[in-house]
Amino acid sequence: MKEATIPAKPKSALIGNLKVALSQLKPAKIDFGKSLKKIGISLLSMLVFLCIWHVGAGYLYQVEAQSKIQKALETQGAAAAAEVEACILSGDVSCQPNTLPSPTQVWTAANTLLIDHQDISQKKAEFYEKVAATNAQRKAAGQAAITYTGRPSFIDQIFTSLKTVLVGFLISMLIAIPIGVFIGLNDTLRTAFNWLIQVFKPVSPVVWLLLVFMIVKTLTLNSDLDTSFIISSISVGLCAMWATLVNTSVGVSTVNKDYINVAKVLKLGVGKKIFKVILPSAIPLIFTGMRITVSVAWMVLIAIELLAQSPGLGSFVWEEFQNGANDSNAKIIVAMFVIGIIGFLLDRVMFWVQQSVSFEKAIA
Amino acid sequence: MSAIVEFKNVSKWYGSGANRTDVLHNINLTMKEGEFLAIVGFTGSGKTTLVNMLSGLLEPSEGEVLFKGEPIKGTSLDRGIIFQNYSLLPWFSVYENVALAVNAVYPSWTKKQKDEHIRKYIDMVNLTPALHKKPKELSGGMRQRVAVARVLSTDPELLLMDEPLGALDALTRGNLQEEILKIWSANKRTALLITNDVDEGLLMADRIIPLQPGPNATLGPEFIIDVERPRDKTALNTDPKFKEVRTEILNYLVELGEASKLTQSDTYVLPDLQPKISSGARFPFLKKAS
Repeated sequence: MKEATIPAKPKSALIGNLKVALSQLKPAKIDFGKSLKKIGISLLSMLVFLCIWHVGAGYLYQVEAQSKIQKALETQGAAAAAEVEACILSGDVSCQPNTLPSPTQVWTAANTLLIDHQDISQKKAEFYEKVAATNAQRKAAGQAAITYTGRPSFIDQIFTSLKTVLVGFLISMLIAIPIGVFIGLNDTLRTAFNWLIQVFKPVSPVVWLLLVFMIVKTLTLNSDLDTSFIISSISVGLCAMWATLVNTSVGVSTVNKDYINVAKVLKLGVGKKIFKVILPSAIPLIFTGMRITVSVAWMVLIAIELLAQSPGLGSFVWEEFQNGANDSNAKIIVAMFVIGIIGFLLDRVMFWVQQSVSFEKAIA
Repeated sequence: MSAIVEFKNVSKWYGSGANRTDVLHNINLTMKEGEFLAIVGFTGSGKTTLVNMLSGLLEPSEGEVLFKGEPIKGTSLDRGIIFQNYSLLPWFSVYENVALAVNAVYPSWTKKQKDEHIRKYIDMVNLTPALHKKPKELSGGMRQRVAVARVLSTDPELLLMDEPLGALDALTRGNLQEEILKIWSANKRTALLITNDVDEGLLMADRIIPLQPGPNATLGPEFIIDVERPRDKTALNTDPKFKEVRTEILNYLVELGEASKLTQSDTYVLPDLQPKISSGARFPFLKKAS
């Protein structure tokens, strides 16, 4: 008599179900031993990396120094060669071999850049203090305030780059998500846009920059807007938007048929169907696209700044390369690490956003 | 009592030409208002197709499906359906899932009216403690209750249930069967239950019609379950009328199952092949051995 054991006890069953649901909610226990081991391995590998870098940089330094001495010997004779050798050994700035900087040199350069930033900020503050009275007068007279036009520090450049990438990202979202939704919903539109996406997606950032330059230059002919900033942020947006565009359209066009059936059975209107069923279902894919867009935008930004001569990390790298001071190479490496770390942090931020909006677990 | 649902020579197939797959063939069915009909059948026999033609998600390839004398065109809020796989929207909480349906059916109601209505139905399926949980956080039985609450809150004239309890354990299944029956008997709507469990049909329905296994599935003879309601599960097992119908249906289904096995084996035509090893040309090692 199996049936006899099934009395109507919805409450107890409910409590059982609740317990099951609650137990699923509990966060998984963090294994401290495991994470400690993970951190240890990471630190160790960093150390190995630094050692290889140090040894490699030392070797390259030797090669460069030898070739310098050799060259002096061939062209100017033994006396000149000895002079060059002595100069290199003395550590004089004027005759250092130009090659890959060692980790210590990079560390020094990073500190120099920080001190430089402090100096410039101080100068800036002093400047504004000095012109405060004048600016107040100008403001009263309806004139534009005097601004500091000195050289930006490395830290300033970082913030300029972040600003550019943020604006570029917003531009790409404004373009990509609405278009993605429209072409996801409509087969005809998708066919109409398909060639455009396929053709323009692989176009290099350089070409986008030139295209945007052609248009923006003419449009801003008689205005005092920051043209280089506009050009670089629009180019960043155009280069990076494709991932979001494609992901949005795929997400919108491949909504689970069960959800569509629910919308049909409940006779939901078009607006409700889009905002309550289709878009929420597409959100995980849209945010995956946005995450890719952010990392592409950051990567492309450096190249675009480098070309557009707009202020930022890219132009910093380029200027240091052109500059050729004895710590320029080290500064470039510092910029490289900063770019990498910021890119990584941006990706993490997008990952958290992605996870918080997703009803399914996102892939790390 | 007039006929609320009528199937007139309905056939359904997918694709066309050489790719045509027949699912249902020549279905004729009439449902009276207020009755509880169960259709039992083997998995893959086209039960879901049948119910989707009633909900309006699918159209018949041939014949007509009438609801209150009118051919069914598209979905309607008069015909509510409980899907086989719950089909809850995972980004909405229990409350919001039911609210979506209530907003769709009663757009003119005030916020307070809607709120009370939503809470009433969630309470009816005993889910008030899980009001603001997402489907992901619920067990299968709880999810199915949400689906039940969602449909019942729209108060459909015809309640369609597509194997609603198929994925549940026996205990939860029993509880939900009783809950659905309780709600159905309270406002006496017409109900169609699709199931693969004969006992479920026997407990809940007034009439059971088996669906013969596909392809080209068609309806079998009907079995009237003339047992008084409310039916008690334990008492049913000793009821002679009930036992008789149960044996009849089971025998019929067993026969059907065997018949389909036989017809299936008939369709295999074995090729007349002879092994070629006698020549020895293709398998020289065999020649050597002999």
